[in-house]
Amino acid sequence: MKQKFDIISSTCVPLPLENVDTDQIIPARFLKATTREESFFGENLFRDWRYNPDGSLNETFVLNNPKYSGEILVAGKNFGSGSSREHAAWAIAGYGFRVVISSFFADIHKNNELNNFVLPVVVSESFLANLFASIDADPATIVEVDLPNQTVTNKATGESEKFDINGYKKYCLMNALDDIDFLLENKDKTVAWEEALKA
Amino acid sequence: MANTLFDKIWDRHVVQHVEDGPEQLYIDRLYCHEVTSPQAFEGMRKRGIKCFRPGNIFCMPDHNTPTHDQDKPIEDPVSKTQVDTLARNAEEFGLEHFGMMNHKNGIIHVVGPERGLSLPGMTIVCGDSHTSTHGAMGAVAFGIGTSEVEMVLASQCILQQKPKSMRINIEGKLGEGVTAKDIALFLMSKLTTSGATGYFVEYAGEAVRNLSMEGRLTLCNLSIEMGARGGFIAPDEVTFEYIKGREYAPKGEDWDKAVEYWKTLKSGDDAVFDKELTFHAEDIEPFVTYGTNPGMGMGITESIPTLDTVPEAGKASYLKSLDYMGFEPGQKLLGTPVDYVFLGACTNGRIEDFRAFASIAKGRKKADNITAWLVPGSWMVYDQIKEEGLDKVLEEAGFEIRQPGCSACLAMNDDKIPAGKLAVSTSNRNFEGRQGPGARTVLASPLVAAAAAVTGVITDPRTL
Repeated sequence: MKQKFDIISSTCVPLPLENVDTDQIIPARFLKATTREESFFGENLFRDWRYNPDGSLNETFVLNNPKYSGEILVAGKNFGSGSSREHAAWAIAGYGFRVVISSFFADIHKNNELNNFVLPVVVSESFLANLFASIDADPATIVEVDLPNQTVTNKATGESEKFDINGYKKYCLMNALDDIDFLLENKDKTVAWEEALKA
Repeated sequence: MANTLFDKIWDRHVVQHVEDGPEQLYIDRLYCHEVTSPQAFEGMRKRGIKCFRPGNIFCMPDHNTPTHDQDKPIEDPVSKTQVDTLARNAEEFGLEHFGMMNHKNGIIHVVGPERGLSLPGMTIVCGDSHTSTHGAMGAVAFGIGTSEVEMVLASQCILQQKPKSMRINIEGKLGEGVTAKDIALFLMSKLTTSGATGYFVEYAGEAVRNLSMEGRLTLCNLSIEMGARGGFIAPDEVTFEYIKGREYAPKGEDWDKAVEYWKTLKSGDDAVFDKELTFHAEDIEPFVTYGTNPGMGMGITESIPTLDTVPEAGKASYLKSLDYMGFEPGQKLLGTPVDYVFLGACTNGRIEDFRAFASIAKGRKKADNITAWLVPGSWMVYDQIKEEGLDKVLEEAGFEIRQPGCSACLAMNDDKIPAGKLAVSTSNRNFEGRQGPGARTVLASPLVAAAAAVTGVITDPRTL
């Protein structure tokens, strides 16, 4: 959903697993929708980890633990690997997350998050390990993600890091603009490229 | 000076560098399937715009397609809606559409190359991570999200950061019973599922050169499973021979001109890659996976790694994975009873894969404990199986050929592996629940799949 992004201060939901693939984020059987209803995808985020095979709630999964909530998902390295399904980003956004923090993201999923105004924040392995420890010690731990200054801060320890994002995408997020707006405005350049190739 | 093949193709397609940002990349070919396109078309409608270059776009359903009775309506109403929606969108936006029962239908990544739609030097995208397959033609091909599909529909361009380049050389000759699939599973086990993230991979070396076109398509298909955005192989005589005469391939004078250009598509001798790795074909044996990501693989005669070999931060994921599979650290998989065998998918649903499977099945019988699904990647493959008489060989051995589609690769159609069952599968992903909730997947080559199908257990095909 197009929304302006600035500074987000929130508690976190920790998922200290590595290689969380997009089939886990949203299983294939939920990809049959033909509309972009984020609420539907959000309801089925991590569906097969949230529910037992008999349909009952899996009380041990973090999304079902009332201790944890917030707009920030913190995950182990290589988050979003596998399938290119953007439904995974819709599910994350639809559930209410606006930031995902990890030490490493899969390429396609990272773009998909950005295209849905969810900010992927890459931190160092040690920052991530300390953040998991802080959240484990106190689920009320606040993390501040400051997009204008490109900093992420663990308020429990005061530890802070800079994160990367290209200037164009940062501008888009802060002003709720998407790539299609840009490409439509630049059609003349595309036509010129095509003409140059034919020449 | 940019002198890798990747640079040559990518740079040629850059429309502009966005200030302090990505590059606007021109796309020669967009493929749309029914799962990742409806919201993109919906977005186009909301904006009230038409496709910028409809002639560059081809649509076909494959994920939801049933693999039997395709002449009858799809039973699952939700699948039917998605497949019908693609047909309607293609018509509304004036795009070519190979619907179910159209003789050109099949899995996009099988159909594109075999119809001559995916050609050397092209940029090719699809809302599907296995778009990397088309890299085998000597193209820059990669998977994108649905927002990016909409970008291409609207402008024939996307905005992308240029990936880094990596060359992987496989030197020497593959041993008997070792296939392109085993090279890929071997590479994933070495690089892990994130080892090539951020890179585009060029495959080179004697063992790669010696692969058939089908083998190259399999190898490039699996590039994404090491995290790479795409993988490709410089086009050569094998490529040109494969393309010549195919339906959408250039003809006559255009063909000569095209080949002349395609011959320039190779990395220079002085090309510098951001990363270069070399492996030896002799070190690769038939591979199987034992865990819940494709990087968790081993030679078929080896044992599952013990816990002390796993880094601390990865131990929780490792144990969760083996617990799901019902395997123990240190266990060998040879002799493990198997319930299902799946031959097919965009990874191994081509004619050569059916020949390989049939070579093992010939003169043997399907084991009683095995349910086998043999699913051609397209109608063209289906017809070729019949022409070569492979269907007779397979039928005599107790196997049946189904109709084309993605089938059991991802549990979006009727072909789902039941919970708890163990499948030896020629597909590309062994993620939890990938082939059906609770299904357990061992990824392997068509030869290993066939060996399991006739013996009922995980078997080294070289011993048959």
